Amino acid sequence: MKTGNPMDSMSRLVSSTTIIRPSKGFFSIRWKELWDYRELFYFLIWRDIKVRYKQTVIGFAWAIIQPFLTMVVFSIFFGKFAKIPSEGSPYPLFAYCALVPWTYFAHSINNATNSIVENQRLIGKIYFPRMILPISAVFSQFPDFVISFSILIMMMFFYGVIPTANLLWLPFLIAFMSLTALAVGIWLTTFNAIYRDVRYAVPFLIQFWLFASPVAYPSSLVPERWRTFYGLNPMTGVIEGFRWALLGKGDPPQALLLLSLTVILFVLFVGIAYFRRMEGAITDVI
Amino acid sequence: MNRTMSNISIRVENLSKRYRIGQREPYKALRDTLTHALHLPFQVLKKENDRAGSHEKYIWALKEVYFEVEHGEVVGVIGRNGAGKTTLLKVLSRITEPTEGYAEITGRVGSLLEVGTGFHPELTGRENVYLNGAILGMRKAEIDKKFDEIVDFSEVEKFIDTPVKFYSSGMQTRLAFAVAAHLEPEILLVDEVLAVGDAAFQKKCLGKMSDVAREGRTVLFVSHNMGAVRTLCTKGCLIENGKILLQGKVDEVVSLYLRKCQDLTSAISLAKRTDRRGNGSLRFTSVKLLSRDGEEIAAQSGKDLVIAIDYVTDSQSEKHAEVSLAFTDLYGQRLFTCLSRSSHQGGFLRLPGKGQIRCIIPRLPLLPGRYNVSRLWCKIGAQMADDIQDAFHIEVAAGDFFGTGKLNPEDGGNVVIDHGWEIL
Repeated sequence: MKTGNPMDSMSRLVSSTTIIRPSKGFFSIRWKELWDYRELFYFLIWRDIKVRYKQTVIGFAWAIIQPFLTMVVFSIFFGKFAKIPSEGSPYPLFAYCALVPWTYFAHSINNATNSIVENQRLIGKIYFPRMILPISAVFSQFPDFVISFSILIMMMFFYGVIPTANLLWLPFLIAFMSLTALAVGIWLTTFNAIYRDVRYAVPFLIQFWLFASPVAYPSSLVPERWRTFYGLNPMTGVIEGFRWALLGKGDPPQALLLLSLTVILFVLFVGIAYFRRMEGAITDVI
Repeated sequence: MNRTMSNISIRVENLSKRYRIGQREPYKALRDTLTHALHLPFQVLKKENDRAGSHEKYIWALKEVYFEVEHGEVVGVIGRNGAGKTTLLKVLSRITEPTEGYAEITGRVGSLLEVGTGFHPELTGRENVYLNGAILGMRKAEIDKKFDEIVDFSEVEKFIDTPVKFYSSGMQTRLAFAVAAHLEPEILLVDEVLAVGDAAFQKKCLGKMSDVAREGRTVLFVSHNMGAVRTLCTKGCLIENGKILLQGKVDEVVSLYLRKCQDLTSAISLAKRTDRRGNGSLRFTSVKLLSRDGEEIAAQSGKDLVIAIDYVTDSQSEKHAEVSLAFTDLYGQRLFTCLSRSSHQGGFLRLPGKGQIRCIIPRLPLLPGRYNVSRLWCKIGAQMADDIQDAFHIEVAAGDFFGTGKLNPEDGGNVVIDHGWEIL
């Protein structure tokens, strides 16, 4: 544990004292230490992004292809054939508007799940707060999000959709989306580090979650009596919120969103504490 | 923390680290845990039992370790493989948490358990310098400032913008070490990192490290290279079975270690080794180092060495066998191989059902140091009968190889070859 020498805050070169002992307690999260390692955090994100685009032939296009093609498939099967309602927006726009945050979420949690295992060499050879790994895995998906989001803007332009003042909610929704991905990601990371078969379950979880969220259909399709339960899914709030903020259709975020935000913050906090608790064991297992 | 310990850099008290057998805990599958959950009531009972007999399932890689390192001391940590040296470094660099005990480190710590940690083959040399620097705890501004110096040191400036996957392994090592060498913590924890790279570069690194030592920085240096330990370190610390056996002047500690090694070489049992392959029609049981007269000795440079290997076979009949001993240095670099097929007159060794094979090396051409018989095997006919990796170590003491009354310098490589000079 890094305890403060009073001089520490003045300069890193001034001696600081490090105490090493078995960690105790459930809630020793060491926020300050996370902050001290912010440069490493930044470098790991930078590495993830750089490597991802170096290894592929078409680079950044990947960020667009996946949500875009999914949108095309959804438009044909759900929009055209199944005639699923789209709350008055063109179905492709309706679906894509949901696929942008959804793809970010899905990739983030998948990426975070594997982050500890993929970096096991690093973990065995050098100390840094291990929590940086899942967090940077989630944040390194951000450029992809921005790119696919820019396509969304082009589509809105194409369909002649003018955003309303609701747009001001967007930063909040993006933050909510990232927090959700982080909360789920941290739990899955911890599980996967302890139980190595978790990662095989994650694609299934994502698929299941996709259909439990209003990506291909509006949540108005869900029977009224299940709506509260359905609304607890934080991705429901994110997606509905995106549609409302950008397309101006549907209902504004409601109390339910606040509830799921509370739930997510709680899940995130306990997830972080749990991760910290297991951190020592994770290093020894790896 | 401002007690009268301003002069102490590292203080370790009662430090212990427990691992499950097999050094590392095996990871679990969720599947197994779910199955176990069904037996939960029984599990609880079993846990109680486990606790009682926990010494059977766990090993203590470190057990109640106490020591202190003063500011500016360069301490060589030595001991056999698996003695706990690396675990100690891992605990001090916080890679792994201690199970019990306490350590206090005053000053900014840098640890170097490997060079090139986090190097990514897809990234260029330049990018890797920044990434690796950040991983080792350098600030970006610090790397910016030292970048040219790092590239200079690494001797790869021409390829600095090429992805490192196109580098030779030597180039990668040089670049990696260049970054590490420019780390400027107050306390440096170094594991066997000099094990890599060519001799010239190793020398350069040793040079850099002794600069570090002279600058008054505290260094904890784990190594098998007794030469390096003696040159670089002022203090030594010998670890055996997770305990500190001796801490003191480097020469005393090194010589105790060498004596211990020789004790160990006097008869090495191979009978209980389970990590062996082969069909078992012959089994090596033990190894002794003998002189020509059959007395047990410690290997010495330039003295005849007889490696006597006892064996048993599965029948009384005579076997046509072929035996091989491969010698490497401690870094796994192959030095030479004693292969009976090519060196024994008449090809096959004709072995009775039970006995001793003796491999005789006249005027042992190895410089003082520790060597590994990285593979010892025996074939009967074409069948592999016994095959042991890392069979045993040989500690070679200094000796007068040429009979000139002079010793070879220890930094002259691993091997001495007989040679002469003529002036015309």
